Amino acid sequence: MLLDYETLKLIWWVLVGALLIGFAVTDGMDMGVGVLLPFLGKKDAERRVIINAVAPHWDGNQVWFITAGGAIFAAWPAVYAAAFSGFYLAMFLVLASLFFRPVGFDYRSKLENARWRNTWDWGLFVGGFVPALIFGVAFGNLLQGVPFHLDSFLKPHYDADYLWALLPLLNPFALLAGLLSVAMLAMHGAVWLQLRTESLIADRARAAVGILAPAVTVLFALGGLWVWAGIDGYRIVSMGDPGGLSNPLAKEVVRAPGAWFDIYSKMPITMAVPALGLAGPLVVWLLSRLRWPGFGFVFSALSLVGVIGTAGLSLFPFVMPSSTNPGSSLTVWDAASSHLTLTVMFWAVVIFLPIVLLYTIWCYYQMWGKISVKQIEDNPYNAY
Amino acid sequence: MIDPTFVELSRWQFAAVALYHFLFVPLTLGMTWILVIMEAVYVMTGKEIYRDMSRFWTKLFAINFALGVTTGLTMEFQFGTNWAYYSHYVGDVFGAPLAIEGLMAFFLESTFVGLMLLGRDRLGKVQYLGVVVLVAVGTNLSALWILVANAWMQNPVGSEFSAETMRMEMTSFWEVVFNPVAQVKFIHTVAAGYVTASMFVIGISAWYILKGRDLAFAKRSFAVAAGFGLAASLAVIVLGDESGYELGDVQKVKLAAIEAEWDTAPAPAAFTLFGMPNQEKMETENAITIPWVMGLITTRSLDGQVQGIKELIEDHEERIRSGIIAYEKLNALRNGDTSDETKAVFEEHKADLGYGLLLKAYVENPADATDAQIAQAAKDSIPHVSYLFWSFRIMVAFGFIMLILFAISFYKLARGRIEQNRTLLRILVWCIPLPWLAAELGWFVAEFGRQPWAIGEVLPTFLATSALTVADLITSIAGYLIFYSVLLAIEMYLMFRFARLGPSSLHTGRYHHETGGETLSLNPAE
Repeated sequence: MLLDYETLKLIWWVLVGALLIGFAVTDGMDMGVGVLLPFLGKKDAERRVIINAVAPHWDGNQVWFITAGGAIFAAWPAVYAAAFSGFYLAMFLVLASLFFRPVGFDYRSKLENARWRNTWDWGLFVGGFVPALIFGVAFGNLLQGVPFHLDSFLKPHYDADYLWALLPLLNPFALLAGLLSVAMLAMHGAVWLQLRTESLIADRARAAVGILAPAVTVLFALGGLWVWAGIDGYRIVSMGDPGGLSNPLAKEVVRAPGAWFDIYSKMPITMAVPALGLAGPLVVWLLSRLRWPGFGFVFSALSLVGVIGTAGLSLFPFVMPSSTNPGSSLTVWDAASSHLTLTVMFWAVVIFLPIVLLYTIWCYYQMWGKISVKQIEDNPYNAY
Repeated sequence: MIDPTFVELSRWQFAAVALYHFLFVPLTLGMTWILVIMEAVYVMTGKEIYRDMSRFWTKLFAINFALGVTTGLTMEFQFGTNWAYYSHYVGDVFGAPLAIEGLMAFFLESTFVGLMLLGRDRLGKVQYLGVVVLVAVGTNLSALWILVANAWMQNPVGSEFSAETMRMEMTSFWEVVFNPVAQVKFIHTVAAGYVTASMFVIGISAWYILKGRDLAFAKRSFAVAAGFGLAASLAVIVLGDESGYELGDVQKVKLAAIEAEWDTAPAPAAFTLFGMPNQEKMETENAITIPWVMGLITTRSLDGQVQGIKELIEDHEERIRSGIIAYEKLNALRNGDTSDETKAVFEEHKADLGYGLLLKAYVENPADATDAQIAQAAKDSIPHVSYLFWSFRIMVAFGFIMLILFAISFYKLARGRIEQNRTLLRILVWCIPLPWLAAELGWFVAEFGRQPWAIGEVLPTFLATSALTVADLITSIAGYLIFYSVLLAIEMYLMFRFARLGPSSLHTGRYHHETGGETLSLNPAE
């Protein structure tokens, strides 16, 4: 095999990260648009403009989420098993709120009834707000460690049941992370709307960026300070060969204050990533004010890279640290699939992802242009 | 210990969300190709009526597609949320086709469906046809990869258990992809989707013809569906027969259960047409049999034997005893005894490890099992026969009814007086639900027939669950059912509404409801 096991494990950490960032940049954009929909669109035609600014693309964007899920299953089966069963009710809430989107987009404008349309608009709001919040909350909990352990046959057990598993997830730090996630995706959606709509709606979108972009920087900085001051990280004391067979129980892990900052002192270059998360939104704010939403969108995407990348880097090499049994923590080195599966999946991504990107760009190119109220009124039956 | 209620609830939830999802998939699989046909005729002939047909049926396609996407989301995460041990145990093999499905198929389908639904005015005719073709290819490829994954559950090839990592690991990707079960399942399933879409289009078109509305539009749609449906229903039945052949090869238990074949009959085995399977007594009461037929279907020969259930249970008892040894040695290996002898004995018995695990329904450590428990576990290795026996027969009957309907429709259409066959048209309208019932029964046969295994002969279903509580399951089942049922009701409402409106919903000004109930011209293309 071309790539040795250890390198592949590292590459897969990058690839999963890339898929999650791809998800935030594409689908996060239309989720953000969903969050803003009821507020930026006052009249029905305005709301339809907002919806049609993402209508041809939201479904393709959502595949980033599905593919990220599938890739975690294939590359990190232990994480797929422990995370989704551990966050069981939270995951149900994510899925249930996402249910509103396909039907919301497709069915909303099929009937004239105002109540029908208003209900779906709020459905689209929920379909953007709740998943964005919970994804942030999930990262907030990963940083604090998750109460789970693996038994000797490597079955994951969450160390709390039912609502007592769900409610503690919503602790203050995790809620801050959730809020950051909502603000970030809403900012991303707002820049997109500023780019793809005109006059009144574009103005409102610009006003929204004016509030959301600084909020992202503030929330991100607050989160960083909180981790610095009050959240212990995890550190591997001893482990087997990182290029060896995956066995999550063969290592020793300790909780230690400041451990989430280890990587930045070891490799100072990585500090560029949190810097991007802090400065990126401010650049977005400036570009939006200057009415350059195209560049604004690029920087908004970079801000997402900064924020999500910071979470991933700080945790590295952990993917899912365990608070109740640190030895059960799942890491890049011991939660991975076999060498063959990682190799096969690596080639699958290398071949197909560029093709996906090419035709996705082609589709955006075909549907490009500002959406106006007039277009919707001229074409009331075929637009969403 | 395993809580049977919890396992049952986990299974019910998976069955419910999977069967719900499959209410929407078959129509998508077939409808895309019907739209390709209509659009291609439009590109070639330039006749506007074909564009209207494509546009109208796309509307109905979209209403269905939305719920396919909704319910599909659940499926991608269902293994992790509810089958965590399964995910750990086989994710190395099973996750790969699922992830490739996303990369290769879902992206293609979902990226281009946006252009298909909203981009017609921005694309050239040929470009648009290309987009529809890509959506069709995407949906059908997604069926391919999910069936590669599913076939591996039925017939786990290309993989091996690793004691170090305590899971199944892939040994050959190509063996997993070219699993013979996957090939037949794929064609059987997509062809069933084509039948579903054809029945949908022909049934609704028949209704327009009965009402005397938009005849030119309805008859052309009818013709496309009759031709496509006839070819597809033949393919389903021929490929269903091919699956029977594959079953005889690799899934002997499922085959014996479907056929209620209690005893190994002398070759060539007879086919039981009807009867009352009795699992307690292990016999089929009042059976009507046709000599030779089953031997021919499943072994393609006059001398191949079809193993009966009683003999299979005896075999399985042997394998359970061997599995106990595998389990003991696995424990030793995991506790640090890596002597060559332990390894050798484990290697010798490891193919039966799954059978050993069946005992975990009764004892924590299979080595402690009594003879009675071993006998009971062997009996558990056979799924409930009468459910399979009947589901299978009803599915096949529906398949044949549809084949006959398509054949008659095609013939009458060729004779040129379809609107006079009012009885046939009425039957077609009433038979619209048949393909859905057949498809759901087909899934039931495939998956219930796999029991007691999550992964055939490797991992028992009851061990595959997550460590959740009954309360979690009740909450999520209630949540899914309420959400799905409300959404289904909304979907049906819109589907009926737009089907009733017909092509008038396109607002071209040329159709029934826009022309005051009169058809302006029999052929709007003129």
